[in-house]
Amino acid sequence: MKKDNESKDLDVHDIEILPRFITRREFLKLAGAGVVIFFFHGKTEAQQEHGERTYIRQQAPGDFNAFLRIGEDGKVTCFTGKIEMGQGIITSLAQMLAEELDVPLESVQMVMGDTDLCPYDMGTFGSLSTRYFGPTLVRAAAEARAVLMELGAEALNAPLSRLKSQDGFIFDRAHPERKISYSALTRGKRIERHLKNTPPLKPVSDYTVTGKPVPRLDAHVKVTGKAKFAGDILLPGMLYASVLRPPAHGAKLRHADTSAAENIQGIKIVKNGDLIAALHENPEEAQNAVRRIKVQFDMEEPKVDDKTIFRHLLDVAPQGQVLASEGSIDKGRNLADRIFEETYLNGYVAHAPIETHTAVAQIKGGRATVWASTQTPFSAQNEVAQALGFLAEKVRVITPFVGGGFGGKTRNQQAVEAAVLAKLTGRPVQVSWSREEEFFHDSFRPAAVVNISSGIQNTGRIVFWDYSVYFAGDRGASQFYEIPHHRTYSTGFSYRGGSRSFHPFNTGPWRAPAANTNAFAMESQIDIMTASAGMDPLEFRLKNLKDTRMTGVLKAAAERFGWAPSKAPSGRGYGVACATDAGTYVAHMAEVEVDRARGRVQVNRVVCAQDMGLVINPEGAKQQIEGCITMGLGYALTEEIHFQDGKIFDLNFDTYEIPRFSWLPKIDTVLIDNKNFPPQGGGEPAIVCMGAVIANAIYDAVGARLHQLPMTPERVRETLNKV
Amino acid sequence: MEELIQFRLNGKPVSMTLDSDRMLLWVLRTELELTGVKYGCGMGLCGACTVLVNNRARRACRVPVKNIRGTEIVTIEGLAANGKLHPLQEAFVKHDAFQCGFCTPGMILNAYSFLQRNPRPSYTEVLQGMENNLCRCGSYTRIVQAILTAAQEMAGGEV
Repeated sequence: MKKDNESKDLDVHDIEILPRFITRREFLKLAGAGVVIFFFHGKTEAQQEHGERTYIRQQAPGDFNAFLRIGEDGKVTCFTGKIEMGQGIITSLAQMLAEELDVPLESVQMVMGDTDLCPYDMGTFGSLSTRYFGPTLVRAAAEARAVLMELGAEALNAPLSRLKSQDGFIFDRAHPERKISYSALTRGKRIERHLKNTPPLKPVSDYTVTGKPVPRLDAHVKVTGKAKFAGDILLPGMLYASVLRPPAHGAKLRHADTSAAENIQGIKIVKNGDLIAALHENPEEAQNAVRRIKVQFDMEEPKVDDKTIFRHLLDVAPQGQVLASEGSIDKGRNLADRIFEETYLNGYVAHAPIETHTAVAQIKGGRATVWASTQTPFSAQNEVAQALGFLAEKVRVITPFVGGGFGGKTRNQQAVEAAVLAKLTGRPVQVSWSREEEFFHDSFRPAAVVNISSGIQNTGRIVFWDYSVYFAGDRGASQFYEIPHHRTYSTGFSYRGGSRSFHPFNTGPWRAPAANTNAFAMESQIDIMTASAGMDPLEFRLKNLKDTRMTGVLKAAAERFGWAPSKAPSGRGYGVACATDAGTYVAHMAEVEVDRARGRVQVNRVVCAQDMGLVINPEGAKQQIEGCITMGLGYALTEEIHFQDGKIFDLNFDTYEIPRFSWLPKIDTVLIDNKNFPPQGGGEPAIVCMGAVIANAIYDAVGARLHQLPMTPERVRETLNKV
Repeated sequence: MEELIQFRLNGKPVSMTLDSDRMLLWVLRTELELTGVKYGCGMGLCGACTVLVNNRARRACRVPVKNIRGTEIVTIEGLAANGKLHPLQEAFVKHDAFQCGFCTPGMILNAYSFLQRNPRPSYTEVLQGMENNLCRCGSYTRIVQAILTAAQEMAGGEV
């Protein structure tokens, strides 16, 4: 049964949602009057940092990629291609804007991730939004305020020097009763500015909105079920699609018999090259139909599984590059009293957002509209356009709220599938991956190997460090200790996932890509050297560090934790680890309990001290740290994809264990208030130490040194048996 | 088999003729257009599809509609009474007890059911009561705080 609204065209305006949907007509009206500031962000540093992402072919058209507008109604709207997936930028960016513009936070509206309304943006990842977009947004707001001040001077007939802006009004300081609102100033005017020079910014000491905890702007819709995610877009006449999947990556379809599936009433079967799908108004029927398709696949020759993968990766590793180097490793080796040669491993890890990849596509009058759960709406637009044979401007990608991304939603296969199926059936189509499809088609965090050779003198000084990372990636690979002779080498990583001769399936960025693997190896190695030197792990680190931001977070964590020096293993189960990621410094201390018989590790407490420069929304920042610590327990302790060649064995949350309530440690966060530095990344840094801090705490508890992630009960028991 | 199924949904009577083996999750999300209930795993493992059936949390992805005849179903859309947020919703807002928000409806309804049985839970009891609802963003610590706050509020507010 369907409601009798089939004929009614969907008015996207009706959908209650933040970030809000706006129709084109509404948009043109919106853009009609007011002060509009066009600005450009992120080209230089952000793109350099992510220079590997060459697959993002499209550059920003023109000289701006975001803009904000102060409308006649006094409402401030920021249009950006960034998206909200839980990291809270819908609130923190609005805060920064409200602060610099001197308007109430409530008057700010964020329009995010809509390719028709927002200028090009490369995507939301890498903890870039607040770091690179934020400061530019602030400058644009300052420019807007400068324009409003000029208008105010004219309207109030007072010199600029006497004017003050506050809460969306311009005041004459000499006569505070004389004031005019931003909306009155912009009424009937159309003023456009392109941000070129940095206008004078508000001093941080004057901030009243930025740096203050404010409730999330998406709170109400998210607790009432009103927040729309891609799968919540229901269009009249929409069909749910279920796509036939191979049993293993690399398997080739030889034959498919769809006759039994075709018997289901109301079913549509689509066969288009490799794409075979069943579509129905009822999603369960679409799934039933796919199950009835009789298939034969040609499988690949067996090659690797989750045990042999590490040997395989070392065998096939291409020539890499030296990322950093100083002094001479040979010289350092000669200076060393003790030398340590260690190998660290980690397996493939899934993103496993609770919202699977989902998209809804509608094609009308030669234009496609796709609502997609994506971190990269503009890439999705291009991919869809290419698949449909449309020009990119004929494709509009709208990003509703995204139910978790963690890097996995930088790929948009589901958007392409929905669009192609909409074209082939002539009906709106929803593709919502099943959990099994999500695990199968995920772009996993790559399995990786790290080899480290390092040495210390008996005084506890590190004299050389020779670091080679295979397939994890460069981020976080370069060490930050004061070491006279060091070298960092990296090979085999590609944001595209590389060829299948390396990995048996897709790999890609996973929350703080590479940095988790690198921090695990690096900070484990530091602890191994510490134990050998018979020193306290905190003392050893401080002795070998000069960077005061790093020593600052270590000391802050130690103070909050109540760290009492001891050499490991002390039996207390205390661990420490530190790292720098996305411009932010983090130090973690953890207390664990190890069940020797079962090998199970319970993390009882984690303290994290973070120096992320200027903090925009302290509650938001703490929330991200807590999220990182909680999520990080998973890759540290249980998360690992088991596979044989392209066949994935973990397809749901029964065998792929992600953190649960009972795992929850007491989490304590310390934010270093470092107003001297511009805001840095917050969504990722606090996850990178989780493997190392737990490994080090396990060693301190029971004297067993784990060299492989995740540190499953089985591996803990095995390692304990060797002690 | 197509048959008549009647139940109450968010306080209103519903009467539908449909294949009674269909899962409540999809009937709610499609015909009834209540999209606050989410698909997460399809196997009752994550709790994103949690709804209240006669005031008890149930996994809608595992409940065929033939089992809900004559019951009272509440979804997240029906929890706020007369536009006033339920104390659990208030507490989730107050504590920022979510990030992406996708698991939130299931979290709130599971907590509701849990508090019915245990109105004054300890911290550890909340962990146990919520154990089988999964959040990938890592909001557990705030969810626990929100539930404890709501429990206090509800105990104080109700006679």
